[in-house]
Amino acid sequence: MTDMTLPSSQTNTPLYRKRQRRNVLTMGMAYAATAFGLTWLVLILGVLLYEGFSGLSLAVFTEMTPPPGAAGGLLNPIMGSLVMTVIAVIIGTPLGMLAGTYMAEYGRYDKLSSVVRFINDILLSAPSIVIGLFVYEIMVAQMGHFSGWDGAVALAVLVVPVVVSTTEDMLTLVPDTLREAAASIGLPRSLMITKVAYRAARAGMVTGVLLAVARISGETAPLLFTALNNQFWSTNMNAPVSSLPVVIFQFALSPYKDWQKLAWTGALIITLAVLTLSIMARALASQRK
Amino acid sequence: MADVALQSGVTSVTEQVDRARVLQRLRLSDAAFRHLTRSAAILVLIILGGIIVSLVHGSWPALRTFGFSFLYTEVWNPVTEQFGAISPIYGTVVTSVIAMLIAVPVGLFIALFLTELCPMWLRRPIGIAIELLAGIPSIIYGIWGLFVFAPFLQQYVQPFLISVFGNLPGLSTLFAGPPYGIGVLTAGLILAIMVLPFITSISRDVFEAVPPVLKEAAYGLGCTTWEVARYVVLPFTRVGVIGGVMLGLGRALGETMAVTFVIGNAHRISGSILAPGTTISATIANEFTEAVGDLYTSSLIALGLILFVITFIVLAFARLMLMRLNARLGK
Repeated sequence: MTDMTLPSSQTNTPLYRKRQRRNVLTMGMAYAATAFGLTWLVLILGVLLYEGFSGLSLAVFTEMTPPPGAAGGLLNPIMGSLVMTVIAVIIGTPLGMLAGTYMAEYGRYDKLSSVVRFINDILLSAPSIVIGLFVYEIMVAQMGHFSGWDGAVALAVLVVPVVVSTTEDMLTLVPDTLREAAASIGLPRSLMITKVAYRAARAGMVTGVLLAVARISGETAPLLFTALNNQFWSTNMNAPVSSLPVVIFQFALSPYKDWQKLAWTGALIITLAVLTLSIMARALASQRK
Repeated sequence: MADVALQSGVTSVTEQVDRARVLQRLRLSDAAFRHLTRSAAILVLIILGGIIVSLVHGSWPALRTFGFSFLYTEVWNPVTEQFGAISPIYGTVVTSVIAMLIAVPVGLFIALFLTELCPMWLRRPIGIAIELLAGIPSIIYGIWGLFVFAPFLQQYVQPFLISVFGNLPGLSTLFAGPPYGIGVLTAGLILAIMVLPFITSISRDVFEAVPPVLKEAAYGLGCTTWEVARYVVLPFTRVGVIGGVMLGLGRALGETMAVTFVIGNAHRISGSILAPGTTISATIANEFTEAVGDLYTSSLIALGLILFVITFIVLAFARLMLMRLNARLGK
C-alpha cells in the first residue's frame, strides 16, 4: 500500500529495495515455518490414525494382553490406567484446590504464596521420570515391592501442580465485588470461598482437573518403576498393575508384529482420550468468557 | 406494638446465646479451613523438599563410592559396578542443543506468523492445532519416531548427510559412521518437534502482549513487518522469549519416552551425531527395573538427581525471566 503513495524516486533507491527484499524473505520464512510445524501434526496424527484404526476391534476392549504370537486385547492395561488415573485425581485434586485457594484467597500477596507459586511452576514442568524416582524412594523402596498404589501416588504428584495453578488463576479472576457482597451479609470467609468464589470459578476449576487428567493419562516414565506392569487381569492395587502407556512402551520395542500392532492401537486410544479431554477443557474455558 | 417489642426482647436472650454459639462454630470452621488451605500450600514445598531429600538419600551410596569422578567418568559397567555419568549427561545436552537449534527459530517464526501475518479467521484454528501438538503424550512421539521417523531418516536423510558432509573437514566427524536410523540426531529431531509447540505458544503470548501503540508507531514511520518484529517486538519481549525458550529447554532436557525409543541406549560419547547414544532419562527408563545391586540402582538415582538439578536451574531461570516480563507489563 505504501508503494502507491510514495513517489518512485523514493521507492527506487537501493536501500528501499533491500528492505523490501529482506521483508519478503523473512515473511516467506514465517509462512514456511508454520507449514513445517503443521506438517508434523498432520504426519503424526495421520500415521497414528492409519496404524491405530486398522488394529481397532472389539477384542481390544474385551481381551487381556496376549503372549507373543497370540491374539488379544488391551483390557487389563486400559482398566489399570483408568483406576490409577481416578485414584490419582481423587488424591491430587483436593490438595491442589486447597493450595490454590490459599494462594488466591488468603495469602494472595504474602511471601508464602509467591514462594509456592514459583516452586509450583517448576514442579509443573519438572521431568516426570524424576517424580517416578521420588515415589520409588519413598514408597517402593520402603515397602519392598511395586504396586498400583505407588503408580497412583506418582500420578497424583503430577496432578497437584496443574490443579494448583489453574485453581489459583481461576479464583483470581473472580471479581472482588462478589466477595465483598458475601462479606457484607455476614458470611464468614470460609463460606464465602466455598459458596461464592468456588461457584463463580467452577468451570475454570473443572478445566484444570480435565487438563490434569489429560496430562497424566499419557505419562509413562513415572509408572515404569512404581506400578511396573502386569500381564494378567488384576484388581489388586497392592500388586503391580498394568497401564496403557507402559504396555505401549513394552510392546512397541518388542520384535513381535502382533504386539507392535497393539501398541499402535493403544497409542491411538490414549491420543484420542487426551485430545477429547483437551477439547472439552477448551470448550469449558471458552464458555465462561 | 408493645407486645411485639416485648416478644423480641424475650427471644433476643436465647437468640444471643444461639448467635454466640453459631459464631463460635463459624470462627472455628473458618480457622480450620484457613489452616487446611495453608497446609496444602506448604505441602507443595514439602513435595519439592521430599524430591530433593529422597534423591540425595538414594544416590548417596553411589556418590560416596565414586565421589566427584562420577560426574566426569565415561565408563558404565554394571558387571564390574563401575559407573560414570558423563556419557548420559553429554547425550542429554547434545540432543537438547539439536532440538533448540531447530525449534527456537522455527517457533519464533510461527509466533511471528500468528501475530503479524495470519488472517484473523485462521489464527484460532492454527493456534489450537499448535496447542494440540503440545498435548500429545510423549510416548506417541516415541512410537512414531521408532516406526516412521527413524526408518525415514535412515533411508533418505542420513545417507544424504553423510555424502554431503562426510568429506568436509571439520564436519566429517560430526556425520561419520553408517546411517543407523536411531541415534543422537534422531532423538534431537524428535525433541525439536516436541518442544516446538511450547516455544511457539509462549512466544505468541508474549508477542501479543506488546502494546499496539508501539507497533503502530513503527509502521507509521514506514517500517516493514520484519523491521517491526526485529526492532520493536523482539527487543520489547526479549526476557519473555528467553523465558519461553528456557521452558522448552527444560522440557527437552527431562523428556524421557520420546527419546528412549530412538536414542539407541549406548553408553559412549561419539563425535558423530548419527551414532547411538543415551541420555540421563533414557538410561533411567531403560535400566532401572533391571538394575541389580544397590550400587547400580543408586547410580541411576544419582543420574536422576543430576537431571533434577539441571532442569531446576533452567526452569527457575525461565520463571524469573517470565516474571520480569510480567513486572514490566505491570501485571
